[in-house]
Amino acid sequence: MDLSMRWLADYVDCGCDIKDFVAGMTMSGSKVECYEQEGDYLSNVVVGRVEEIERHPDSDHMFTCQVNVGEEEELVQIVTGAQNVNKGDYVPVAKHKSTVLHEGKPVKITKGKLRGVASNGMLCSLSELGLTTHDFPYAIEDGIFILGDDCDKTLGMDIREAIGFNDTKVEFEITSNRPDCMSVIGLAREAHATFNVPFTVKEPTFKGIDGNVRDYLKVKIHNTDLCKRYIGAIVKNVKIEPSPRWMRERLRACGVRPINNLVDITNFVMLEYGRPMHAFDLRYVEGGEINVRNAKAGEKITTLDGVERELSEEMLVIADAVKPVAVAGVMGGEYSGIMDDTNTVVFESACFDGASVRTTAKKLGMRTDASSRYEKGLDPHECYEALMRACQLVEELGAGEVINTLAEENYQDETPKSVEFDPKWINGFLGADIPEEDMKEYLTRLGFRLENGRVIAPWYRIDIECKADIAEEVARIYGYNNLPSTIIRGVAQAKRTSKQNFERSIKNAVLASGLNEVTTFSFISPKYFDKIKLPADSKLRNTVTITNPLGEDTGVMRTTIIPSICEVLARNYSYRNPECHIFEMGNEYIPVEGEVLPIEPLRLGIGVYDTTEAFDFYNLKGIVEAVMEKAGVKEYEFARPSEDCSFDERHAFHPGRCAVVKAGGEEIAIFGELHPDVLENYGIDTRAYAGKINMNELMKLSSSEKTYKPLPKFPATTRDISVVCDQQLPVAEIEKTIRSAAGQILEKVSLFDVYTGEQIESGKKSVSYSLSMRSHEGTLTDEQADNAMNKIVKALEETGVYRR
Amino acid sequence: MKEQLKNIEARAKEELSKVSDPRQLEELRVKFLGKKGEITAILKQMGKLSAEERPVIGQLANSVRADIESAISEKQAQLKSVMAEKRLKAETIDVTLPGKTPKIGRPHPLNAVLAEVEDVFLGMGFDIVEGPEVETDYYCFEALNMPKHHPARDTQDTFYINENVLLRTQTSSVQIRAMENMKPPIRIISPGRVYRSDAVDATHSPLFHQIEGLVIDKGVTMADLKGTLELLMKRLYGDEAKIRLRPHHFPYTEPSAEVDLMCFNCHGEGCSMCKQEGWVELLGSGMVHPKVLEGCGIDPEVYSGFAFGIGLERLTMGRYSINDMRLLYENDMRFLEQF
Repeated sequence: MDLSMRWLADYVDCGCDIKDFVAGMTMSGSKVECYEQEGDYLSNVVVGRVEEIERHPDSDHMFTCQVNVGEEEELVQIVTGAQNVNKGDYVPVAKHKSTVLHEGKPVKITKGKLRGVASNGMLCSLSELGLTTHDFPYAIEDGIFILGDDCDKTLGMDIREAIGFNDTKVEFEITSNRPDCMSVIGLAREAHATFNVPFTVKEPTFKGIDGNVRDYLKVKIHNTDLCKRYIGAIVKNVKIEPSPRWMRERLRACGVRPINNLVDITNFVMLEYGRPMHAFDLRYVEGGEINVRNAKAGEKITTLDGVERELSEEMLVIADAVKPVAVAGVMGGEYSGIMDDTNTVVFESACFDGASVRTTAKKLGMRTDASSRYEKGLDPHECYEALMRACQLVEELGAGEVINTLAEENYQDETPKSVEFDPKWINGFLGADIPEEDMKEYLTRLGFRLENGRVIAPWYRIDIECKADIAEEVARIYGYNNLPSTIIRGVAQAKRTSKQNFERSIKNAVLASGLNEVTTFSFISPKYFDKIKLPADSKLRNTVTITNPLGEDTGVMRTTIIPSICEVLARNYSYRNPECHIFEMGNEYIPVEGEVLPIEPLRLGIGVYDTTEAFDFYNLKGIVEAVMEKAGVKEYEFARPSEDCSFDERHAFHPGRCAVVKAGGEEIAIFGELHPDVLENYGIDTRAYAGKINMNELMKLSSSEKTYKPLPKFPATTRDISVVCDQQLPVAEIEKTIRSAAGQILEKVSLFDVYTGEQIESGKKSVSYSLSMRSHEGTLTDEQADNAMNKIVKALEETGVYRR
Repeated sequence: MKEQLKNIEARAKEELSKVSDPRQLEELRVKFLGKKGEITAILKQMGKLSAEERPVIGQLANSVRADIESAISEKQAQLKSVMAEKRLKAETIDVTLPGKTPKIGRPHPLNAVLAEVEDVFLGMGFDIVEGPEVETDYYCFEALNMPKHHPARDTQDTFYINENVLLRTQTSSVQIRAMENMKPPIRIISPGRVYRSDAVDATHSPLFHQIEGLVIDKGVTMADLKGTLELLMKRLYGDEAKIRLRPHHFPYTEPSAEVDLMCFNCHGEGCSMCKQEGWVELLGSGMVHPKVLEGCGIDPEVYSGFAFGIGLERLTMGRYSINDMRLLYENDMRFLEQF
């Protein structure tokens, strides 16, 4: 809501400068977003009179003017190219070293020569002042603004003051519970309560001419739930013309463009009282009937903005005998509006249901000044005042003759809302010690009445419902910042849950592995599933889908974290960052058949590419092992993903360089080098790696239990062994065999070489281990070690693995 | 024989002075003191001496041996220190060459700040509670005193999954779930992702993070809310941090307050960083609306409480002077590695 300070001053004098006004209103609950002085970009532009004008000697379209700007010594010579200036005209004069607007931007004007003739300034058009012909309808667009009789013609006067372009506009953020404050009077009431200064508003009246409104207008409300009150008035012998300057400038400062007297009156009343009004041309209201009814299926209306709109049955319309002429509370129809030859006007002041207006406006995709007020809920009471004010203005402006009877339907004077007045409770709730008398004073200033131990809300306060509401009213006038500050009483034990601690410890392990944490969006494009090569029938393509996404790229909730990771790798690659080591701990969103809400399992996503130093599958595997170690999972193994692997993401990986982690009979992680196709899809021209670990499952298997084992008392014996086996045999199998054959004395198995080449038969490989053996009973003898080695060799032979 | 011994001593000292490495020293030691050395050779001839001479020569031989021994060990020490010095000198390196940094990942700035906020609240006795991001209309709106068609819903442009299911627009939904499942006294914060249908720009994102706080007990007051928030800000920003409460409207709190933090740059005077306001809008808060309590089965006549919602992005951007929210989700390494 933009407020004209000049208009506000009609009702209340706050007695302070704009800075204090803005601060005071903000702190009592009417937040000021910003304020500005109209025309503050203009400087050194004054009123001048053209004393002489003659043709420029060297131009057939320019004129040389001698202009009186109220300076005694001499006239100012100015060259103009405008064709509409005559001797004796009063004009805006931008003097030497002044600022005006040019194509919407401030420019400096200095003296110079135009085709050899000195020009010591510039005569200004409306647009050079930042105005349009809506502000001064008698002026022309492409010519000098010739000041009319509604301007002050004192020579040398600052132009802003002379033409009333010096108001202060204050932009308020009005919260949705206070539609009453979307008006000059509403804000005047708040200013009155905030600054404790007098507030005066006279009840509007008009004389009118005799006549029976019902001879012209038959009003019928067919849906009394959605229309709580409808009042119509008839204005005859309408004379359409521009409205006076005081009205135009108030509208302008509030951000509404002046049109003509009748339209301006309805807008003026809307801004002043916060009540949207409408004016119909009676010629186009067929049968003189106003039917407030629901639209019929398939009915259409062309609204004032020239758009044809299809209506649906839940929408409320104003219809004449045959067709809708307005969408109730939203916008009028094209042909029912005021035109230059309009003779008789119907004024409508009504109270439509907020929720209904809101739904209709939303569905039609048109939010108007009217609908934004209605949708917050207006009370039926003030319809009357608003209409009276409109009629008063018609007479004041001489815009027509108002018939002195009104067509009124469906008004029940409702009992005002009231709440128990309990000062002790209020102080207890606020933690304050505000005297009862002060509370009463604040409430009275806000328009509340106190009767029989109850607070009675003024009818425009639709938001008052309970004791807490009264506490807020008291607190905001008392001042939130005058309340004491106390610390909550009582002792509370708080700690992180084991899940939260687990997540933190895994995160620390990953950070220690050199991965940077990222935060990505939870929604992705369904196309990303193709980018990571998910099969067409993958269960991961069954998503939680957003019905109104911002765009296709953010259309579905991710069912896998892998595309998010790939996106980050791709973005960094495109930025030419030489390396990218990242992880995200984030949710996936998996729909569950028959459930309202999806499940949101937590995942650890990992991604790496590095063009600066070697990073391969085994580096990534090392990170996964570090996570398993941190989680305290003792029993797990790595394997190639099988055909029935539970991770559909396996298709995103290089088939020969991908592993799953199996633990507790479940696959809990997948990782590996990304498939060349996937890299191509993401525009990554280097090897890159990714992985995903199921955090919830990992936590179930985790153990933080640690018990000290005594340090060894006896030395260890080391034996090396090299074996030859099929090239395809996973070395994990050999290690398994070695461990089970050697038994307890085998302490550590370290692989130190894998070799294929000259001395090895083709299709075979050589694998070398260093075995560390130790006994807790005594120093191991050579015989004991040899024994163990023999058992190992024998067991390996049984699996087709031979000592080299 | 006396002469011989004197001569040995003199020669040993003479030769010793020329020794320059441990090997020569060892040779010298063997030559004079070894089993086949010169002193031993002398001692072997002792039998030929008279009974009077023997003790005299014996004593002299021992003293010569001791002298040579001590001279050798002195030389040994001297040689060692020269060697050490030589080695240290040879091993001198250019300390201005670049260091080899171990690769350690960095937490995302949002999570770094979140961890800090969580610690402050844990210290004040608040548990950390989580809830679903895909939420029902009931928990996100209805239970928070925002029935269908409530105009306040317009301030939270919502992503819908279907008529009844949506992406939560605020973590207040977790409050409701907590109040349903816990009995007062309740003291929780609920951090998490929230979603609003805002196009991405420097200050908006369709996904952002909130930290919601809730306290319910007998006799909780608005002054407690004020005190708690003041304490929080002092812990996060230092003792000079100042806040102000400004009346506002949220359907789920009454009274409601927006909380502004005094601009650190201008101390409330107004500058370009705070858009001349002197204060920076920080969070929303208020006393839990009696209707909300009632809806969760808590009697508003017995219990009262307060709630507040902090935008993690705003906190983080302020902390690190980040001027564009998009950076937080772009995950450019050059950005992430700054924290």
